[in-house]
Amino acid sequence: MKTLKLLIFTLCVLPFAVSCSDDDDTPPPVNEEEVITTLTATLTPAGGGTAITLQTRDLDGDGPDAPVVTVSGPLAAGTTYNGSLELLNETESPAESINVEIEEEDDEHQFFFQATNSIATFAYVDFDGDGNPVGLEFTLTTAATTGTGNVTITLRHEPAKDAAGVSDGDISNAGGETDIEATFAVVVQ
Amino acid sequence: MKHFIVSLFILSFGIIHAQNCSLTLLGEIKDFHDATPIASATIYIKHLDKYIVSDFNGKFKIEDLCEGEVTLVISHIGCETKTVTVMMTGDQFKSIDLEHHIEELNEVAVKGSAIRKESKTAQESVLKTKTLEKYSALNLGDALKEVSGVSSINTGNAIVKPMINGMHSSRLLILNNNVRLQDQEWGIEHAPNIDINAANQISVIKGSGTLAYGGDAIGGIIVINPSRNILKDTLFGKTIVGAQTNGRGYNITSSLNKSYASGWFANVQASYKRNGDFKSPDYYLTNTGLKSIGVSVSAGRKRFESGFELFYSYVDNEIGILRASHIGNVNDLVTAINTQEPLVVEDFSYDINSPKQDVKHHLLKGLYYKRFKNFGKVTVQYDYQRNQRFEFDIRVGDDRDKAALDLRLQTHTLTTDVVLDAKNEYRLKFGLLGRYQDNFANPDTGVRRLIPDYERYDLGAYLTSEWDVNENLLLDAGIRYDFNRIDAKKFYQTSRWNERGYNEDFASIIIEDLGTQLLTNPVFDYHNISFATGLKYLLNEDSFVSANYALASRPPNPSELFSDGLHHSAARIELGDLRLDQELSNRVSGSYSLKKNGLNILVEAFYNHINDFMYLQPVGIEQTIRGAFPVWNYQQTNAALYGVDLSLDYRLSDAFKVANTSAFIKGNDLTNNTALIDIPSFTTINQVKYVNPKWNDFSASLKSEWVFEQNNFPDYNFETFIASANETVLVDISTPPPAYHLLHFYSDVNVPISEHTNLNIALSVNNIFNTNYRAYLNRLRYFADDLGRNVMLQLQLNY
Repeated sequence: MKTLKLLIFTLCVLPFAVSCSDDDDTPPPVNEEEVITTLTATLTPAGGGTAITLQTRDLDGDGPDAPVVTVSGPLAAGTTYNGSLELLNETESPAESINVEIEEEDDEHQFFFQATNSIATFAYVDFDGDGNPVGLEFTLTTAATTGTGNVTITLRHEPAKDAAGVSDGDISNAGGETDIEATFAVVVQ
Repeated sequence: MKHFIVSLFILSFGIIHAQNCSLTLLGEIKDFHDATPIASATIYIKHLDKYIVSDFNGKFKIEDLCEGEVTLVISHIGCETKTVTVMMTGDQFKSIDLEHHIEELNEVAVKGSAIRKESKTAQESVLKTKTLEKYSALNLGDALKEVSGVSSINTGNAIVKPMINGMHSSRLLILNNNVRLQDQEWGIEHAPNIDINAANQISVIKGSGTLAYGGDAIGGIIVINPSRNILKDTLFGKTIVGAQTNGRGYNITSSLNKSYASGWFANVQASYKRNGDFKSPDYYLTNTGLKSIGVSVSAGRKRFESGFELFYSYVDNEIGILRASHIGNVNDLVTAINTQEPLVVEDFSYDINSPKQDVKHHLLKGLYYKRFKNFGKVTVQYDYQRNQRFEFDIRVGDDRDKAALDLRLQTHTLTTDVVLDAKNEYRLKFGLLGRYQDNFANPDTGVRRLIPDYERYDLGAYLTSEWDVNENLLLDAGIRYDFNRIDAKKFYQTSRWNERGYNEDFASIIIEDLGTQLLTNPVFDYHNISFATGLKYLLNEDSFVSANYALASRPPNPSELFSDGLHHSAARIELGDLRLDQELSNRVSGSYSLKKNGLNILVEAFYNHINDFMYLQPVGIEQTIRGAFPVWNYQQTNAALYGVDLSLDYRLSDAFKVANTSAFIKGNDLTNNTALIDIPSFTTINQVKYVNPKWNDFSASLKSEWVFEQNNFPDYNFETFIASANETVLVDISTPPPAYHLLHFYSDVNVPISEHTNLNIALSVNNIFNTNYRAYLNRLRYFADDLGRNVMLQLQLNY
């Protein structure tokens, strides 16, 4: 009976002996690799003049802070602008350009440009290996009349570039996933 | 061997014939458990080929024995037959213990026959081997739906999480061969890592009536047991081969069991399952392929007085997730909801591309038990589990083939259980548990950790008892205490930390400030008390009533505490809360069972009141560069769930049988006075079955599954501005899909091949009419229809 008691005691105490290991390793931080924090559209008047920039900047990615959207100034009516986009990941130092990645996989990416109140029209300048538009380079032509409206720039990953209207810049049938969607309030004067 | 011993004995008897033959053997036969004398036991004296019987005091006397060995075979009704050899050198006294609870011992029960129940008064249903074999090509979650009141919450068709009375994930305990599964079960798209082909019997216990396994089973407990071993020299096995049209799937599973009369045994089982893209009635569900491997081996020795077992199982599931469900923002979700067909539909393929998950689960267990006279049984078990989970997202550039989620969860558990069954009127069981768990989130993913690195410590102690008050009434009661400590190292974005208000409440846990990120060390302790009591009363030979009350306490899981990020397929930001405390469930239930004249009725009702029920609720909208996202927070409220489950079957004639299972449940948020989300709607399943034993056990059944529309749901719809269209639209994520009705067919025959070999051929057709439907509890219902018709053929060879 004595050995029995001892055995039971040992068995009962055993479970409490497991919880003793501990390691105080500090895990390394993770810097998001695929975050796009900043989109800058630089619009240079085709006939020369001061460039206008549209920028959205969201330094905390999916965090709670809203993106900071800036428009450097009004656009001139009846003018064609040469546009170029720059995408950055500013969580890394120095900031990493995402343009390279998009250029390398240009068949899987497409930008879409839309304007409300018919304040502007857009045309693609750069194309992928299949002759489908990409949109890192584009032209923006403002309406002849003055007005205000919203310009929306959307980046879709793996869109259906062959779907109806997509190569003309119509987003309706594009599908894919939205990587960027930024809206800028623009004044045409 | 037996003959050899006998002849040896006869031989030796012959040699010593001339010696002293006036010896007396006095004996006493007692119950192993409580030492009460066993009267009228039969004692067979082998060499004399003579029977005697023990007297009222369990005593017996054999006179005029010669020197040498005497072999006695003692048997008694309800006892295990025992062979004892006594060496006679002079007059002797021998005490012999018989095991009197043979019917309760699974070690000696015949395989697949007797049902082993885990509890006496709780609402428990058992799925037997025969039923489980029908689901060889499917999932645990599919098989459990055979039980009324059990449903599932799905992510597509391959990720099926069981749901008991509306509760799932962390609110259910799953035990695989007495090991509590630790496989990151907090995630709604984390299916249990169980190979259903390794299961011989599954018990579903509604509520937490069985405290031996844990005190946090607010929804219920699923106990999966592998095949038992018979105490005789035998070798048997089975092989199942199946093929199905939908997904062009095929599966094979094989098992082999070897056991010896001496108690030694070894089992091995392996299965492989593969399918390509499933098909809804109108289109392929692109990227819904699956590859699954399961292996389990066990060996050991089981005898009445002591035994041990070593068990190892491995499950590897690679599951593709519907391509069209991977979306970028709310606009994509709006487009998906408004489009009848998924946005990505390709031709059939076996390829499993991103998004996908690949989960490997190892389980290793060692168990030892010993019985002590006049006392009971002591069991010690150690188990180790390693759960490696990869989730692959659609990524770009160098990260394309890199997992977006890489979690490794390792768990060590040591348990001791003691059963005191020396007294006939009551049984007492108590046990202790110690557990250490370590979660490692690999930073190489290049994606911020969804769940942080953490260590978790659990200590538990319980005591349960059963009394047979009289022939008709049984009572049981139990109490349990659990201590949990979670010690995490988590990075927060500084902006999130401040937005959550943690800068005021948790400033002391910051251990490093990296500017945009903070490293914190949250350490939380939880003390949980759980309690259960119940009674079972036999009304007469055909019917009984039972009632149960259980108090269960569940601490928040890592997801509820620490979730922090964008959930792609749901297009929402999900946030945990460090301030969450345990939820407390008070569940009362009652059952009525009648079995008479071919009629079986089981009615089970329950009311589950949960204080501080943890759930996700939308609380606002956040803007990001991807667009606007609704934010869902883990919150606590008081909730009540109640319902009735009905199972009924009736034998119309020798050939025809009808059956019905129905489940009705309501879930209410008492604080906000709304319905709870993701509660199953009323479901009723009717079945007609024809059997004809003369035609090789032919059976055919037609099953109608009718799932009603869920009319009680919280309105979590929200509005979003579609900039490109310059309009605001309502995003309807709440409205459940309409009711649907499906018809299924199943038929099988048993063809004997030889004395020990038979072949079972089964043909089944699911969704006969190729009906289009979407299920409320399928998280991919926004994106695609559910499965269309599926014809399955399965061959099973038992040998």
